[in-house]
Formats: sequence, C-alpha cells, structure tokens
Amino acid sequence: MISLANPTRFLNLVGAVVPWLAALVVILLGTGLYLAFFVSPPDYQQGETVRIMYVHVPAAWLAMGCFLVIAIAALGTLIWRHPLADVAAKAAAPIGACFTFVALVTGSLWGKPMWGTYWVWDARLTSMLVLFLLYLGLIALWQAIEEPGRAGRAAAILALVGAINIPIIKFSVNWWNTLHLPASVLRVDGPSIDPALLTPLFVMAAAFAALFVLLHLLAMRTEILRRRVRALQQTQVEHAVLAGA
Amino acid sequence: MSPAVALLVRDVKLAWREGGAIGVVLGFYLVVVAIMPFGLGPDLNLLARIAPGMLWVALLLAALLSADRIFHNDYEDGTLDVLATGPLPLPLLAAIKSLAHWLTTGVPLALMAPVLGLLLNLPLDAMPLLVATMFAGTPAVSFIAAIGASLTLGLRRSGLLLALLVLPLYVPVLIFGVSTVSMNIVGPGSPWPPFLMLTAISLASIVLAPLAAAAALRTAMR
Repeated sequence: MISLANPTRFLNLVGAVVPWLAALVVILLGTGLYLAFFVSPPDYQQGETVRIMYVHVPAAWLAMGCFLVIAIAALGTLIWRHPLADVAAKAAAPIGACFTFVALVTGSLWGKPMWGTYWVWDARLTSMLVLFLLYLGLIALWQAIEEPGRAGRAAAILALVGAINIPIIKFSVNWWNTLHLPASVLRVDGPSIDPALLTPLFVMAAAFAALFVLLHLLAMRTEILRRRVRALQQTQVEHAVLAGA
Repeated sequence: MSPAVALLVRDVKLAWREGGAIGVVLGFYLVVVAIMPFGLGPDLNLLARIAPGMLWVALLLAALLSADRIFHNDYEDGTLDVLATGPLPLPLLAAIKSLAHWLTTGVPLALMAPVLGLLLNLPLDAMPLLVATMFAGTPAVSFIAAIGASLTLGLRRSGLLLALLVLPLYVPVLIFGVSTVSMNIVGPGSPWPPFLMLTAISLASIVLAPLAAAAALRTAMR
C-alpha cells in the first residue's frame, strides 16, 4: 500500500494490470452468463424468472462491498493520510451507485412476476434505497466542495457515518419480518440454495467483483490524470498572471 | 460559570434574540402541516392515520432548514476560529452547539406538535405519547443535523445539500418515532420497544455525532 502511494507508480501498475483484468472479466462474465442462462435449471416455483437472481444478487453484494471499500478508503484518508485513499473513494462512489441502481431495478423487475408488485417498503428494499441515497449524497458532497483535499476529508467522514447502514442491510431480513427472501447464502448453517444454482451465482459474483476492480482502477487512473490537468491549468493561469503583470 | 455552560447560554440567547429565528421555524412547521390536507383531501380518518408520520416528517424538514444556523453564523464572523483555539475540545464545542439547537428548535417543535395534531385529527389520548416521542427523538435530529451542518460549512446551496446528506441518516429515527405513536393508536403492540430504540438512537447520536461533527469542522476550517 505504501509503495503505491506514488501516483506514477500506481499509474504504471494500472497500465500493466488492466489488459489482464479485462480478459479475466470477459472470461468470468462469459462463463457466468452461459451457466446462468443455459446450464442452470429453472426453479420449481419460479420457473425461468429465477435467472434474474444471477444479476440481482451479485449486484447487491457489490453495492454493499463497494461501500465497504469506500469506508476503508475513508479510514485511509483520515487515519493514515494515504495520498491515493481519497482518489479511491471518489472513484468508487459512482460505480457503487450504479451497482445499487442495477440491484434495485432488477429486484423490482423480479418482484413483479414473483410477488405481484414492483416495490414494497420492507426492510431490505428500504435499506438498499437508503444506501443508494447515501451514494448520491457522497457524490453530491464531492462535487460541492471545490478544494480536493477538503472534499476528500469531508466525504471520508460522511462515508464512515453512512457505513452503519451496511450491517443493517445485511441483517435486516433477519431482524424484521420482510417480504424479501431471508438470508440464504451467508448463514451460520451454510447456504440453503441448491448447489446447481449456487455455482453460477458465485461465478457471476466473481465476474462482478472483477468488473468492479477493473472499473475502479480505470476510474482512479482518470481521477489522477484529471487532477494533474487541473494542476497544469492552475500553473498556466499563474504564469499568465505573472507575465501579464 | 464554566466555559461550556457559558457557550450554551450564549448560543441559546443568540437564537432567542435573533430576529424571529424560533418563530420562523414554528411558522414553517405550521405551514407545512396546514397544507397537507389540501394535498391529501380533508377525510379525517385518513388524516388521523397518517398524522404521526406527517408531524414527524414536517418536524424533520423544519429542523433541517434551521440546521445550518448551528455553525454558520459563528463561521462567518470568525468566532468559530476563536472557539476552536479556545479551552473547549472541538467535540464538546460541537455537542454544546447541537444542544443549543435542540433547546431552541427541537423542544419548541416538539411542544407545538400536539397543537398541529389537532389540525390532523390526531386522537387526543395519543398526544402525550407524541410529545414524549418527539422529546426522545429530537436530540438525534439536532445532533445528526450538526454533522451535516459541519460537512457543508460555507458551501453554496448548503441547505439543499445538508438535507440530501442528512435525511437518509434520519430514516431510523423516523421509523421508530412514527411506529411508537402508531402502535399506540392502531396496533395491538406495546409502544415501548420502538420508543426505547428511539431513545437509544438519540443517546448514541449525542455521544457519537459530535465526534464526526468535530472532524468535519477541522476539515472545513483548515
């Protein structure tokens, strides 16, 4: 982590890793989608619509995992003052918002044939919606504060305050009677889903995770380059002012 | 008088003397609750069912709109810098200002809520519980609003940004606050479990929120 604090070294690492990572994403996504749509059997109760699960569940896992990444980056900003920690947090926020949006929309489309309604105000859906609003708040705070240092620290504080929501989402289906399916994968007794459905699910989850890492690294690289452009523009303005004066 | 108490007295006096600050908050509360039946229709049964929720939501909005008063006036004229370099630790400073906000905004709103409940046909025997619930929940409202106020210190459109940042954090307060009163009116359950959860959230926010607000103040004043 410390060796990667140098932005140039980090950019070199990203340039080296991205092609392999992109290939890995293509392979995992291709395998996962093939398993999900052709190999996995239809559910005895839900029929073919169960296949939405292979997009909905990994997207929801990544939505929560991305907020944890932002929370850890927030610790890096506030406690260790790692130079790239706020770049990581700023880059991850829109990606996490997109994953949350995908989870909400696919869940809504799945809910209509399964429960008869597009939306219901139960614990899991409400706390995922609150997660989406927290992402929007983070993005808004980043954009509202002009100076990047202050923006990074303020967003880090907001991320740590909002991180309380993550355990609430995970355990909400256990604490309250909800319409949403109770915990069926990460349970003390082990998964309750049939292995034939579990394997494509894990492959899709790995594909989404690799996709998140790829997008995150690319977004971090873009943010570092954006800051360099801003610094160059400021230098240009200062030189112009000095030359003009 | 210790510095902490002196600061509290100063903030309460300033809020009281600032032209109509408390009155505007109460007026906003009244206006929002009064226009609800225009939008929802005058059916008294419907209004009675949604009265707890409406009173809580309007209270949150009224408290949020006055939240940037917590630090803004002192930030503008440099008093915040003097206070920050003074004898009080920054979290204690944030806590005292949040407490002053609660005393001058939260408590008046909580006391006015039963009066507005009459407009919404809230049953009379639910009113003591409503006031108790709001007294238990408004500390959380004020202390969490201070986090938002310190994060958005000195920014443009800080009022809207403050609301966007803080309203998702208010969701547990709202859920437990409304269900306490609804349990009493409608449900067969006891109102104690959500009331105790609400009190727990308030107590936790009194302890933890000033730490976050102080950290945000440090970043804003650097």
